[in-house]
Amino acid sequence: MTAPSHRSFEQAVPLDRPEDLAGFETSLPVIAVQRRPPLAFIVSVAFVVLLIAAAAVPWLFTHFDPLVGDFTEGLKPPGWAHLFGTDRLGRDVFARTIYGTRYSLLIGFGGVAVGLGLGVILGIIAGQRNRILDECVSRLFDMLSSFPGVLLAMLIVTFLGQGMLNIAIAVGIAGIPKFGRVVRAQTQLVRDADYVTQATVYGLSQWQVFLRHVLPNVLVAIPIIATVYIGSTILIVSGLSFLGLGPQPPTPEWGVMLAESRDVLRVAWWPGVFPGLAITATVIAFSVVGNFLQKKFEGRMA
Amino acid sequence: MWSRIISRLFTSLVVAWASVTATFVALHALPGRIQDILAGDLEYPGLREAIAAEWGLNRTLPEQYLDFLFRIFRGDFGTSYVLRQPVIEVVGSQLLPTVELALTAGVLAVVIAGGIALLTAGRSNFSREVASVLELVFASTPVFWLGILLLMAFSFNLRWFPVSGAEGWKSIVLPSITLALPTAGLLTQVLREAMEKTLDQPFVTTVRARGVGEFIIRWRHVLRHALLPAVTLGGWLIGGLLGGAVITEKVFGRPGLGTVTLGAVLTHDVPVVLTVVLLAAFIHVAASTLLDILYVLIDPRLRAQ
Repeated sequence: MTAPSHRSFEQAVPLDRPEDLAGFETSLPVIAVQRRPPLAFIVSVAFVVLLIAAAAVPWLFTHFDPLVGDFTEGLKPPGWAHLFGTDRLGRDVFARTIYGTRYSLLIGFGGVAVGLGLGVILGIIAGQRNRILDECVSRLFDMLSSFPGVLLAMLIVTFLGQGMLNIAIAVGIAGIPKFGRVVRAQTQLVRDADYVTQATVYGLSQWQVFLRHVLPNVLVAIPIIATVYIGSTILIVSGLSFLGLGPQPPTPEWGVMLAESRDVLRVAWWPGVFPGLAITATVIAFSVVGNFLQKKFEGRMA
Repeated sequence: MWSRIISRLFTSLVVAWASVTATFVALHALPGRIQDILAGDLEYPGLREAIAAEWGLNRTLPEQYLDFLFRIFRGDFGTSYVLRQPVIEVVGSQLLPTVELALTAGVLAVVIAGGIALLTAGRSNFSREVASVLELVFASTPVFWLGILLLMAFSFNLRWFPVSGAEGWKSIVLPSITLALPTAGLLTQVLREAMEKTLDQPFVTTVRARGVGEFIIRWRHVLRHALLPAVTLGGWLIGGLLGGAVITEKVFGRPGLGTVTLGAVLTHDVPVVLTVVLLAAFIHVAASTLLDILYVLIDPRLRAQ
């Protein structure tokens, strides 16, 4: 028995929801209204484009060298000469922040690539109609996610050693359950979709159905999944490099810069502010873009 | 109900066993001899032989595996060759400050998230927009940067709180706020969504029709209902707090498990890192199992099945 629907009075009055309008269709021409993307999305896309530009051609944004500073110019506050001021060694903080984009994006994308690559393989295996395989892979995800991400990444760095590539691998492995579960759910959704059933009825073999229908429709979701998770990955990466597990000084990486700023906080605030602002703005921009894309394609994912 | 609880317990045991097995497999899959991996950066005559004897490395692989399982089961995590101390002593002596920090931050995060959700769920568009922007900002802020900002404002400028250490209640204020805010950001998002769904439920209309005040509705009826889905986040919350504590301790120069772990990572003290990671996984599994069982016990709909 289905439960009777309770709808409060206020909710029932305005007939603006699609289900309220069922049966009310008239012959009036329906004008498809293309909803404009919200301002936050446009600003975020612009910022992401800027970030990619800063990572690709940082020398177009500043004429200072991020690694070489003038000792006599140490710890100058922000001003016209140095937009974000200078650090203890007289290096321009703006230049270092701009050049830092490259490291954060590279390690972040690298981590997502590792995690998504392994997560897609495992997720597709788990999403098949094989309960034993599904159970095994799902418990594997449970096991991996029982380790707190930062600690698991630290364990992997202990085994592999410090460095950019190694923290990308570490963050990627820690992210496998996250990606794998999303891909598993997506595979199950596609597997049970009507067009897949029809393809089977049409007489295609299991492999043909999988290769021609299931796989492509799982893979289309991957760019969106990647955008949704790139922000949180950059966040974890910056934490690991703050701990000194990733790139080493004098690399102008944001986490490394913030770790160095701790020694001068008493006298100078700027080295401890701008790199952090860069991290937060980057993570917010990617989250906004990712969430918007996810909502926009939600209906089409299956 | 009981079959549900028993199957949940069984799954947790399988996960805990799998995590121990995974560390064993990882140790053996790594290139190089195990005694070299476990010794870290140390080198003195007789060390490799001592490790081989302690870990029984001359025996067959299945024997070593069973031995490893039983030792962990007994709570024997081996020796830190770098610190020349049993690992369990190293970890045990540093556990308290970290638990203190994680607990304070956890309670603070839940209180903040509950408060904001209570005040803003289903309210005017403006207050919700402000709250959702704040949630996004805090969920996107690195823990250590928040700590640096708080240090700058309250320790260096206003001099209200000490810069580092773990002496007295004053030293825990900034670290726990630092650790709590990003967690609260994510928690608020979930809690508010759950509250908004609950506010649409018919029982809320009934309560409202009885003339109960808005705040009482939210506090006594809606929040209790909305807390249920949030309980499933408990495991994630504990994992996040443990990981975040490592970073927070580094920012504030606090002693604790995080400081020990970081030192161990940098000196390649594998036994210590392995133990901390395994313990964190056990705590995480135990806590989320308890919460899931609690979930079944307090939700009458699940109890009835």
